[in-house]
Amino acid sequence: MILTIKKTFDDIGSVTLFAGKFFKEVFIPPYEFKEFLKQCYIIGYKSLPLVAITGFIMGLVLTLQSRPTLVKFGAESWLPGMVALSLIREIAPVITALICAGKVSSGIGAELGSMKVTEQIDAMEVSAINPYNYLVVTRILATTLMVPILVFFADAIGILGGYFGINIHGDVTLYHFLAQIFQSLEFLDVIPATIKTFFFGFFIGMIGCYKGFNASNGTESVGKAANSAVVTASLAIFIIDMVAVQITDLFM
Amino acid sequence: MIEEKENIATKAKAKEQRTMIEIKDLHKTFGGENHVLQGVNLTVNKGEDLVILGRSGSGKSVTIKCIVGLIEPDKGEINVFGENVLHLNKSELNEIRVRIGFLFQSGALYDSMSVRENLAFTLRKHQRDLSKDEVENQVIEALESVGLADAIDKMPSELSGGMQKRIGLARTLILKPEIILYDEPTTGLDTITSREISELILDIKHKRKTTSIIITHDMACAKLTADRIMVLKEGVIHAEGTYEELEKSDDEWVRSFFE
Repeated sequence: MILTIKKTFDDIGSVTLFAGKFFKEVFIPPYEFKEFLKQCYIIGYKSLPLVAITGFIMGLVLTLQSRPTLVKFGAESWLPGMVALSLIREIAPVITALICAGKVSSGIGAELGSMKVTEQIDAMEVSAINPYNYLVVTRILATTLMVPILVFFADAIGILGGYFGINIHGDVTLYHFLAQIFQSLEFLDVIPATIKTFFFGFFIGMIGCYKGFNASNGTESVGKAANSAVVTASLAIFIIDMVAVQITDLFM
Repeated sequence: MIEEKENIATKAKAKEQRTMIEIKDLHKTFGGENHVLQGVNLTVNKGEDLVILGRSGSGKSVTIKCIVGLIEPDKGEINVFGENVLHLNKSELNEIRVRIGFLFQSGALYDSMSVRENLAFTLRKHQRDLSKDEVENQVIEALESVGLADAIDKMPSELSGGMQKRIGLARTLILKPEIILYDEPTTGLDTITSREISELILDIKHKRKTTSIIITHDMACAKLTADRIMVLKEGVIHAEGTYEELEKSDDEWVRSFFE
């Protein structure tokens, strides 16, 4: 028991040091701009189809599930606003971040873990190339920037899914649908939700890199790094979400 | 009196210039119990190929990884080009690392990059002002020196084990190192390929005047490349000499490597 607690605190300490190193290294040249763009392409562009399909289904299902209750209370006209609010404030950020934890964080964990095990990271180190700067900083920056963009994309596709959901049972024009959404939306709905997605992105990248970079020798550890990255990043997303909601609540 | 002092200083300077690597009383323990290195002392002179023999787990690879700062020893002194690498900061250590090549047991090629990118990546990181043509020429030159110019567009997964080691060597050579550390360069290769790699090591030594430490179990490689051999046992240098001297050693354990 004591050993488990000690190990947990050791891990928290190592993650903190690893994250702290990012804030130091991110300002130190050389700036690996080409690698950063490559990672943005892999993390952002290549996740678009998955995020689009999930976003559309989220919007559609949320609309179909919420409609009967709102109809009961004669509040069907609130449906577009409610769906959009739910998507923008909570569902799209969390679900997109969870998808990225599964796809991106595990990918980074496995990639860096495999590089560690096959001594590729050591090869960079002995060639006087800073592997942290080249591999970690670029990936964390890319996830921090790409996850919010993916969330915006999921918001838009989700709202489109909601529009299709409403039109299964009724006949609402896109103009009318969007007008109702913009009437219900406030500045405070969008800003906190956007800010928390940057934290989601940062932790998804950071946890993937940490797990991969610290994979011990042996191929088995590559799988462990990928698996552990998904679990830890998913947990981190829920914790950040809980904290973000509490903080937002203070200003509402 | 003054003349004598000058003489001593000149001799010391000459020795310093001749000695490329000097390790004194090197200790390393893993996990609190596994005392792998228990006081290793060795010296490698300019232009010399030193082969280190020893059983698996005797600390051969740990020793050379300590030299390039991949593993931090618990105690001791490692002087490379006359500077104690254990007292250097990161950027000073990197200046030394550029002058040392390291060939990993697995080749350690970056598997997401082609052979061309593997070599060009390393070169561009250190010589950012080189033009595209200059980089390409140096890449081709390095590949030609290991006889694999044709593999320039291949991915590491398309290469055999022997080819991967050659490309790894080419990537090391592109920075024109003065010292090359080989970590089991012929392990996992067939006899013919092993011999080709050993001959390549010898060829590099003659053409580029490099100094090397070669960790190996392959006695054919040791015979071909070694100017001097050291045998590690229980964390210390147990025996030292030329191939012929150690082959006739009185120590049965040492002789067993040559049988």
